[in-house]
Amino acid sequence: MNYFQLFQLPAGFEVDLTELGTRYLELQRNFHPDNFATASERDRMMAVQQAANINDAYHSLKQPLLRAEHLLALRGVKISHEQRSFTDTSFLMQQMELREQLAEIQDAKDPESLISDIEQQITAQRKSLLKLLAATLAVNNPEQDLVAADIIRKLKFFFKLQHELELIEQQLQD
Amino acid sequence: MAYSEKVIDHYENPRNVGAFAKDDPTVATGMVGAPACGDVMKLQIKVNDQGIIEDAKFKTYGCGSAIASSSLVTEWVKGKSLDEAAQIKNTDIAQELALPPVKIHCSILAEDAIKAAIADYKQRHGS
Repeated sequence: MNYFQLFQLPAGFEVDLTELGTRYLELQRNFHPDNFATASERDRMMAVQQAANINDAYHSLKQPLLRAEHLLALRGVKISHEQRSFTDTSFLMQQMELREQLAEIQDAKDPESLISDIEQQITAQRKSLLKLLAATLAVNNPEQDLVAADIIRKLKFFFKLQHELELIEQQLQD
Repeated sequence: MAYSEKVIDHYENPRNVGAFAKDDPTVATGMVGAPACGDVMKLQIKVNDQGIIEDAKFKTYGCGSAIASSSLVTEWVKGKSLDEAAQIKNTDIAQELALPPVKIHCSILAEDAIKAAIADYKQRHGS
């Protein structure tokens, strides 16, 4: 299913989130179960299915990474369930170093400053990768789409790092 | 989800954790990652003149199954030639550790890590 079509939005990485939200509410209203109270069993089932699709679509388009994955899938590059290992050594070395820094937080003299230092690194890298992803997807050709797929893979590592960092912060607060 | 006893054993007592000196010419490194779960795995091998893997070390940031898979591989490759080590299949790892289907990708990661380390060695030594 083409989620962009469903929300009548142009298929691209840049999405007007306000417009997406408005379309989402409209569609949700249209397919609300109350509207189908007196409808046939078949129509009721279809409305339930459509409401689920709308939720999935909204969820996917709202988040930049899922949106980029959906856009690539529409262009024939499917990466959402891949099990292939990522092998960019220098990138992975850097990830390893960041993970090592995360592991040092617990025993650090000043964990707060280490956390904000790591957070700054993660945020800066994530921002520049997202910018690069937007530019790469905008080209819209098969070669650049493969480059975009690699940028998405890298971004996933940074989202994971962010998540790990949040877990550590929570542990420190408890 | 319950881990098998073997996974728990490797997770709680990982074998061969650590790293060799980077500048040691007999050392080769394989780095791999799994974007879906953010796991990062580093596997190093120390190879002697006869092309036999004398020692191996790993460092993995990931779930218990990923740690256990890499720990197991470092045990398995010791004493093997590079060609023998290259024969290790992810299915062997998954079977030994009784990994459930959702964790098969961890064994794939470990297989790819040893393959990457072997490729790194061959590239450095021009064979």
